[in-house]
Amino acid sequence: MTAEELKNYLQSWDDSLEFIEKIPEEVALFAALEDIPSEWLNVEVPLSHFKGIMQHLKSDENTAFDYLFNMTGMDWGQELGVIYHLESTRHGHILVVRVRTADRENPEIPTVEDIWKTAHLHEREIYDLLGIRFTGHSNLKRIFLTPDFQGHPLRKDYEDDYMILRK
Amino acid sequence: METNTQILSTEDLRSQEYFLNMGPQHPATHGVLRLLLTMDGEIVKNIEPDLGYIHRGIEKMVEYDTYRQIIHVTDRLDYLSSHMNNEAVALAIEKALEVEVSDRIKVIRTMMDELTRIASHLLWWGVMGMDIGALTTFMYAFRDREMINEIMEKTTGARLTMSYNIPGGVMFDLHPDFVKDVKAFIPHMRKVLPEYDRLLTGNIIFQRRMKGVGYLSAEDAISHGASGPVARGSGVRCDIRKKAPYSAYDRVEFDEIIETGGDNLARYQVRMREMYESLNILEQLVDNIPEGPYQMPMRTLIKLPKGEFYQRVETARGEFGVFIVSDGKKNPYRVKFRSPGFSNLNALIQAGRGVKLADLVAIMSTFDFVIPDIDR
Repeated sequence: MTAEELKNYLQSWDDSLEFIEKIPEEVALFAALEDIPSEWLNVEVPLSHFKGIMQHLKSDENTAFDYLFNMTGMDWGQELGVIYHLESTRHGHILVVRVRTADRENPEIPTVEDIWKTAHLHEREIYDLLGIRFTGHSNLKRIFLTPDFQGHPLRKDYEDDYMILRK
Repeated sequence: METNTQILSTEDLRSQEYFLNMGPQHPATHGVLRLLLTMDGEIVKNIEPDLGYIHRGIEKMVEYDTYRQIIHVTDRLDYLSSHMNNEAVALAIEKALEVEVSDRIKVIRTMMDELTRIASHLLWWGVMGMDIGALTTFMYAFRDREMINEIMEKTTGARLTMSYNIPGGVMFDLHPDFVKDVKAFIPHMRKVLPEYDRLLTGNIIFQRRMKGVGYLSAEDAISHGASGPVARGSGVRCDIRKKAPYSAYDRVEFDEIIETGGDNLARYQVRMREMYESLNILEQLVDNIPEGPYQMPMRTLIKLPKGEFYQRVETARGEFGVFIVSDGKKNPYRVKFRSPGFSNLNALIQAGRGVKLADLVAIMSTFDFVIPDIDR
């Protein structure tokens, strides 16, 4: 599917939502992000329905996103979040999904380890460097840094007087 | 009276799981990778990688670098695919600025890619033989890899970390000897590759170590995010050069090598056959290097427009991706390097379960890890 067809197809999910229970009327399932110049379709998914949508993106015959080729942890200043790059090896189309959380003290996002196994190491990396906790992950602990390391270095407010020179 | 055989009946014999520490200073891990193995006798039950021994925080570091500086850092990810890593960043910057480079630049980049790929596969082949006890392969591979290193050295001034790409072109024009050297290299390589097969591929001990060992199904390969020869050995079509052609790959004819065995031998054969395809690509381009500028006019201080830019390339190890989030300043807001080794390591956890310890060494060889690529 092309990006335009994909967008229309995903928006049709808003009407037939048998795969997620009880959706409040005001929540838009997919907010297509038009302002980001990209060759692929960018969508944002509300955190409350994130897991169900991700499962459906893989299991639905017409989308069949079976290859999670990149996971990027993001710090947007106020919010933390993750960007998922999904590809379907059957159809060849690509979708960029993002999810964000405003809680900086205890950010939690459901794991997708059980949907795409590659997330196992990627989620550990994001937890290590950005401090996002993936609920339901089988072995969530630091991967690159030592277990007694304080803080999460890829956060924008991370301070290190010795290693990072502030101009 | 009980006999000894009765005391040792199988019901009383029990095995106990134990931990084994492999690395970080283990010759077969090719660098500082530490694997925590849960063993039952000689059988590997579970693998837990312990990373970070050469984690340099490159993704944080580049947030303080300009776009021209970033390219030089990517050499230090997968140092055997340094040219492709450079190219990914250069292509991402060009995509963001909507710069179309000249045909000459595209062809130079593609030829350098394929030379780098052959050099990387040669090193892998030599070291792979050494890992399973065949020392001769190392000498053969390094003898022939030297020819590529000399071609690189003449044009770029460096043998390994070349930093040859810059945004909008390449750093220098080709050396006058380049065409002559490549033309001498192609027939030499065509002659020695069958020699390699006679030396190692047909060896019965080697075949026993390879066939049916370290099986990875196509479904698992996709789910674990494997790419490159590891996924193609399991029958997954994942070559970025075919899926999303960049540089001059849309104007050359070559086959995407697919093996369906999913075992060590399949991954081995993918790389061996890929070297022939790389030679085909080189042969098609070496006589047709177009005239034109080798650098496009670019600003000294590059500022990308606000947005997100992703570029995928096929390195010798698989799919390498650069994800740049820009807020319009001279430094990127966030850069993520999608390294093939990190995801392939995930697949090793799957493929290495239930094998014998000595086979794990062979499996790791066919996965072809470069540790700085995993650690970043």
